[in-house]
Amino acid sequence: MPSLGADMDAGTITEWRVSPGAQVRKGDVVAVVETDKADIEVEVFEDGVLEEIVVPAGRKVPVGTVLARIRAPGEAAAPSEAPAPPAAPPVSEAVAPPPEVPPPAVPRPRPPGRVRASPAARRRAEELGVDLAAVAGTGPEGAVTVADVERAAGAAPPSRSERRQAELRRRIGLLMARSKREIPHYYLEDEIDLGPLAAWLARENERRPVTRRLLPAALLVRAVALATREVPEMNGVFEGGAFRPSASAHVGIAISLRTGGLIAPAIHDVQDRGLDEVMEALRDLVVRARRGTLRASEMSDPTITVSNLGETGAARVYGVIYPPQVALVGFGRIRERPWAEGGAVTARPAVSVTLSADHRVSDGHRGSLFLAAIARRLSRPEEL
Amino acid sequence: MTGQRLTYREALREAIREAMRADERVFLMGEDVGRYGGTYAVSLGLLEEFGPERIRDTPLSEATFVGAGIGAALGGMRPIVEVMTVNFSLLALDQIVNNAATLLHMSGGQLNVPLVIRMATGAGRQVAAQHSHSWEGWYAHVPGLRVVAPATIEDARGMLATALADPDPVIVFEHATLYGMEGELPAGAGPVDIDRAAVRRAGEDVTLVAYGGTLRTALGAAEILAGDGISAEVLDLRTLRPLDTAAILESVARTRRAVVVDEAWRTGSLSAEVSARIMEGAFYDLDAPVARVCGAEVPMPYSYHLEQAALPQPSVVARVARELVAGGG
Repeated sequence: MPSLGADMDAGTITEWRVSPGAQVRKGDVVAVVETDKADIEVEVFEDGVLEEIVVPAGRKVPVGTVLARIRAPGEAAAPSEAPAPPAAPPVSEAVAPPPEVPPPAVPRPRPPGRVRASPAARRRAEELGVDLAAVAGTGPEGAVTVADVERAAGAAPPSRSERRQAELRRRIGLLMARSKREIPHYYLEDEIDLGPLAAWLARENERRPVTRRLLPAALLVRAVALATREVPEMNGVFEGGAFRPSASAHVGIAISLRTGGLIAPAIHDVQDRGLDEVMEALRDLVVRARRGTLRASEMSDPTITVSNLGETGAARVYGVIYPPQVALVGFGRIRERPWAEGGAVTARPAVSVTLSADHRVSDGHRGSLFLAAIARRLSRPEEL
Repeated sequence: MTGQRLTYREALREAIREAMRADERVFLMGEDVGRYGGTYAVSLGLLEEFGPERIRDTPLSEATFVGAGIGAALGGMRPIVEVMTVNFSLLALDQIVNNAATLLHMSGGQLNVPLVIRMATGAGRQVAAQHSHSWEGWYAHVPGLRVVAPATIEDARGMLATALADPDPVIVFEHATLYGMEGELPAGAGPVDIDRAAVRRAGEDVTLVAYGGTLRTALGAAEILAGDGISAEVLDLRTLRPLDTAAILESVARTRRAVVVDEAWRTGSLSAEVSARIMEGAFYDLDAPVARVCGAEVPMPYSYHLEQAALPQPSVVARVARELVAGGG
């Protein structure tokens, strides 16, 4: 395959104009090659007999591939054992290793007594209280590296998952510290009778296949999203000194990771999605959160967070708001409680709901209305 | 819907075609872009579709047609000017640097120059010393210009629309060895940002910073390093001015080591700028000095093996990276 242009890597034979056995003369057009630019006629530069076509029409081959063999006049017929055309153009790696080009020599004055250590190693040594002069360096040109410092300190260098874990804890710490520093939290609490909800859920789940059963969490999330319509100052972000309410409720779901740590990715537009959809989104989110395959938009978008301790959790939770959000709703474990109503005490399934909210945006009166709205929604599960 | 398999050159052509269909102010001009279909066949077939008013063959005078492009941009058009290669752009340097890049400033903010200049760059095709330059680092030096280097099919397809939407001049560098590269374009691929670098391969032990033609070199090196048990992250700069410093520092802070791969000459190069930014912004995260693999500082030789020896090779990048990591944590 001839090179028919400096940027041509490969070409396709579209047509052979001669057949094996034909006489060819220098200058004859024997084939047509299609390149990225045009169809080009290929001439031969030798007289002889076209002995064999190696690359049939229709095949794309790299520049340099043998297309056909021509036997010169007087030359004996060659045994036909054409090597297969190469699969790929020769890559530059096949070239002998290029000669080393040393970087320009920079004089490196090394005052006596000065330890050769990487900047990162110096910082780590300071954190761990390690004397760099006593550490044997294994880095480039014998420099002390972070790993050397950690070995010297007796601290095994943290494994990949330990590092990730430490990083996650550090981020949670930074975020929560910022929240407590910047957001004047106030807290409200209430108990909600979940009798109607539990009964409805039992009936509903009985008629559903196992895979489509609903968990109380889906109803709690839905109730919170719908309640934000009544008290919009719980749903949005506080940025640049002002509160921006959100038309949609993107509910962040606090999910604990098996290896420790916590993240709160969002289910988008919960106000517009049915219970089944919310349930499905919850399942999907938990699975993906634990597998580590969340999408960036899910991590940055929540406009309010729900922290649900679930079946094995404590009775109640006082959450820390995720900045720049302005509210977090916490649900404790659903459990049977003595419930007084109309002068009688009965045992009822109940849940404690807490609200952590931002005093820059709302106050206890609006917060109370919000909790009441959640309670009212949960008392009518069939409308969720 | 599934993706579409096409070449880098076809992706660029599709981007031009779409831009011209979408906005009648967009037109293409340059040497041989019309009847011949472009030196690199990027504009093949566009003359037939859009006619000679909008696909304009120009005389062989870079200063003239780049100047005309600036004038058209000032007059409300959205020109795409193809300068055949960066080598010939030197003849239009005054127009680009002294007019396109400065008019907004000189006019007190009255005159934007919404011009896109496309040009091929780089070596590797045995076209010798005068036709193998990589001057994109020079252009990235100039305030008033935005400089981008699509290294993937998706970027070749998506950067043009964003560049045309920019109110100021954007220079697009297409590495000449990439035109024949084939790849998958995801269904629905559209405009992409021209602000951010992209991690093309995630890794933990060393960051390989590359762009344009050297992205393949870095990815090849990462593959070699993976065989040695070294996990290399490959960062594609994508936009050379303004540099996405945050992305560079973020990656280096994790890996603690960096190799900058640049086909241009080392002295005063873009690789020097990237290295300096790492030193300024990530000094205390570094576990080894920043290393560079650049083009040899010689006029480009014609012969194949000498040319390859003068260019960054995956094996060399891998060796340099290995030395940074060797013995480290």
